[in-house]
Amino acid sequence: MKGGIIMPAMLRKIAQRLGMLQHSFTGGIHPDMHKVTAEMPIEDCAIGSLLVLPMKQHIGDICVPLVAVGDRVLRGQKIARSEGYLSVPVHASTSGHVVKIEEHAIAHPSGMGLPSIFIEPDGLDERDESLIPILDWENREATELRERARTCGLAGLGGAVFPTFIKLVQDKRFPVETVILNGIECEPWLTNDHRLMLEHAAEVLEGMGIIKHMVGAESGIIAIEDNKPDAAAAIQQALDDRDDMDGVSVVVLPTRYPQGSEKQLIYTLTGLEVPAGKLPMHIGVLCQNVATSKALYDAVVLGQPLTERIVTVSGDALAKPANLRVRLGTLMRSLFARQELEDFTDIQIIHGGPMMGERMKQPDVPVVKASTGLLAMSAEAMGAAHTVEQACIRCGHCSEACPISLVPNLLADQCRSEQFEKAEQYDLFDCIECGACSYVCPSNIPLVHYFRYGKGQVALQRREQVFAEASRKRSEAHENRLLREKEEKAARRSRVRKTHAPKTDEAKADETKPEKKAAAEPAAVEESK
Amino acid sequence: MTGLLYALASFGAFALVSGIILAIAQKVFHIDGDPMVDKIDALLPQTQCGQCGYPGCKPYSEAVASSQAEVNHCVPGGERVMLQIADLMGVEPKELEAEAAAPMLAFVREDECIGCTLCIKACPVDAIIGAPKQYHTVVADHCTGCTLCVEPCPVDCIDMLVKPELIEHWSWPLPETKRAQQGHERRDHHASHA
Repeated sequence: MKGGIIMPAMLRKIAQRLGMLQHSFTGGIHPDMHKVTAEMPIEDCAIGSLLVLPMKQHIGDICVPLVAVGDRVLRGQKIARSEGYLSVPVHASTSGHVVKIEEHAIAHPSGMGLPSIFIEPDGLDERDESLIPILDWENREATELRERARTCGLAGLGGAVFPTFIKLVQDKRFPVETVILNGIECEPWLTNDHRLMLEHAAEVLEGMGIIKHMVGAESGIIAIEDNKPDAAAAIQQALDDRDDMDGVSVVVLPTRYPQGSEKQLIYTLTGLEVPAGKLPMHIGVLCQNVATSKALYDAVVLGQPLTERIVTVSGDALAKPANLRVRLGTLMRSLFARQELEDFTDIQIIHGGPMMGERMKQPDVPVVKASTGLLAMSAEAMGAAHTVEQACIRCGHCSEACPISLVPNLLADQCRSEQFEKAEQYDLFDCIECGACSYVCPSNIPLVHYFRYGKGQVALQRREQVFAEASRKRSEAHENRLLREKEEKAARRSRVRKTHAPKTDEAKADETKPEKKAAAEPAAVEESK
Repeated sequence: MTGLLYALASFGAFALVSGIILAIAQKVFHIDGDPMVDKIDALLPQTQCGQCGYPGCKPYSEAVASSQAEVNHCVPGGERVMLQIADLMGVEPKELEAEAAAPMLAFVREDECIGCTLCIKACPVDAIIGAPKQYHTVVADHCTGCTLCVEPCPVDCIDMLVKPELIEHWSWPLPETKRAQQGHERRDHHASHA
């Protein structure tokens, strides 16, 4: 593990096979880190003139607005309730008035929108104090704290925004032994977690305590890459200052991308592999981002819902990069304007890191829980990468870089030629879209883009299949019902004839009835056919 | 000579035994209906729209399975379904006759609806709810966009709307590189000449 940095990929792989290295995920790359904002303290970003809060800022079901146009809301007030299990509510991020509830573009590569609540801040920034701080969380039931995490709208702040409360569960079948706080931040340019660990080390640690208490874990690991020695030192210091953190340790890992990916990190730290289609919970591990841990502290100990996050605003086209504490719903354009960037010609805006982030079609998009970073990259720096795709020369660099040992060039070929079944056999859906393969490809093949295309097409086909199957069932039920109705009608008619037949014609009626009934029934069957 | 007799007798006996086994197997493993019909039916999009000229997806698959219909009549299924059916039937793919329209959705203008239930009866997938003299409405999640409800409506209060695109259902397009696009063109070319 220690030799990971200097060893070439192939040698490392051989060493790993021979069991010479303890454990360390395969593949990976060492991109230029460009952490220009590492030394810059977190600045508070002024609240803009308009906040736009999309009704879905997490993975899962969309929320339903609880407020109406004209209502006054307070900071931290719940303005949209979660529908369904996989969902967390949305809170107003400052005090002000609801001016509009309609669709607005969100941070999504499609440029499409979602219903959003528009809040015009009144400048008072009054808090909703209805949530009572829980100072003695050690003595509280895990379920109560879990409910607090849900009401406060916590979702994974590392960028995946999976509702946090779902992971914070004690399951007797899968007891969690180790809690991992992810402070790796392996994406280039981003320094939001770095600064958070430096400036809020005690809160992060307290959050770790709460998580450990909630899931009943014995040990805890705070994982930090070795390009952030100051953050590691700060956390270690905070750890030394406390005496109730037995079993918690700080682990410094050699820098390698994508170490911050959950499964890769778990393997590196514990030597346990999360099986495909399973969760870390199934192998007794829980992984949370350091920022989520801090947010959990805010929610439990301070009683504050998630209304702000730290965003690294950076990029090679930005003269004045910074780490900002931003209220959710702030429009990206105003953040860039604060950093003296107003002209977006020939500039590409990346939401997230440069490796896994998504390109925004325009800057009028609100900051959400997932916004780890906002990068303004010059079009030439980005454009050079993947415009001219050339033929694959079978160099194998992509397979070497892949952290989950897939064969990216083969998968890309299959996606390009729409052989999705084959791609699935080659584990397309295990791809974490880290972008390591695209990064190393000398032929500039946009490999990850092909995988995203392939995954999307497979999902589309599956959705169509499910819909067709449901339609077929409904159509069959429809036919059967028509048939049954006809039969019943025929039966009723014959019964009516029998009872109302004139007495004198009894003999005649008796004669004709069976015939008529017999005739009516096949007719009904034929008609419905 | 006796060799020949032996051979004839043994082969004859073998044929007899095999015949008996086959006769029993036919009875025991008898399958009702044509399994091909179900296989084709599973490929079809189940809109029940009747654009193929048959009153539903099942009748069309029956016609295809018995070689009474060509494989290229399913309009909403498009090229993909046509190729799959051709592959299943072992016949040559054929050019599609009509281009599939964008997915549609029926919508009842409720203030104009008189509650006659005619559209409810026409809907092949029971996607319209309502009762006599009550407003009817279309369950959007179940509507296949077949347009069969439009015709029977006596007051013409049913509109066919373009199905709204959901952000959850958005998927990445192919990369914009030349090779990716060329791959597509090549494939289309092959499909049309196959």
